[in-house]
Amino acid sequence: MAYTEIAFAAFTFSIIFDLYLIKGRLLTKSVFWTSYAIILPFQLITNWWLTSREIVMYSPDAILGVRIASAPAEDLLFGFALILCVMNMWVFWGKKGIQKK
Amino acid sequence: MILFTMIGSFWLEVVLKIGVLRRFKRVVLSILPVSIFFLIWDAYAIEKGHWFFDEKQMIGIVGPFNIPLEEFLFFIVVPLAAIMTIEAVRTVKKHWPVGDE
Repeated sequence: MAYTEIAFAAFTFSIIFDLYLIKGRLLTKSVFWTSYAIILPFQLITNWWLTSREIVMYSPDAILGVRIASAPAEDLLFGFALILCVMNMWVFWGKKGIQKK
Repeated sequence: MILFTMIGSFWLEVVLKIGVLRRFKRVVLSILPVSIFFLIWDAYAIEKGHWFFDEKQMIGIVGPFNIPLEEFLFFIVVPLAAIMTIEAVRTVKKHWPVGDE
């Protein structure tokens, strides 16, 4: 599998994780989408920085070739999956009463 | 880039008093299980050549599985910034449910 397939898999898993496995159901909450709207422009800036300066480079065989802010479109799926899973873990431990405040 | 992400998010600790860094145990428990999987993906992608780095623009310290130090820092700092963002949003929007109240 290349970046495209793994990114789609991670993206799909993060949605299933949120809605059906850990059940934080952040995808149904304003707090998540507002946070994501804040994070997304920062991701685009850092993606652009890292790829336009060729700090990180991608094999053309591993990506679709669609680029957003100079970075592979797959990066957006990857970033979404990463933050959705981490935020879900944070909420999960809060529910368990670990360092709620 | 990592410094940019830290500057972009850590001020929330001071200005909004979100108290994320204080909740160190919950931070570690939230980030570690997720980042492990993303680092396995990273190791696989580096091994397969899906992505690669410009050695001239790297610190030059490489950890296990050929993963550069910057990648380890990325998978700590970016999830931490995500947690800080959602905690900042809930601090401003107190009536929005998160799920761990």
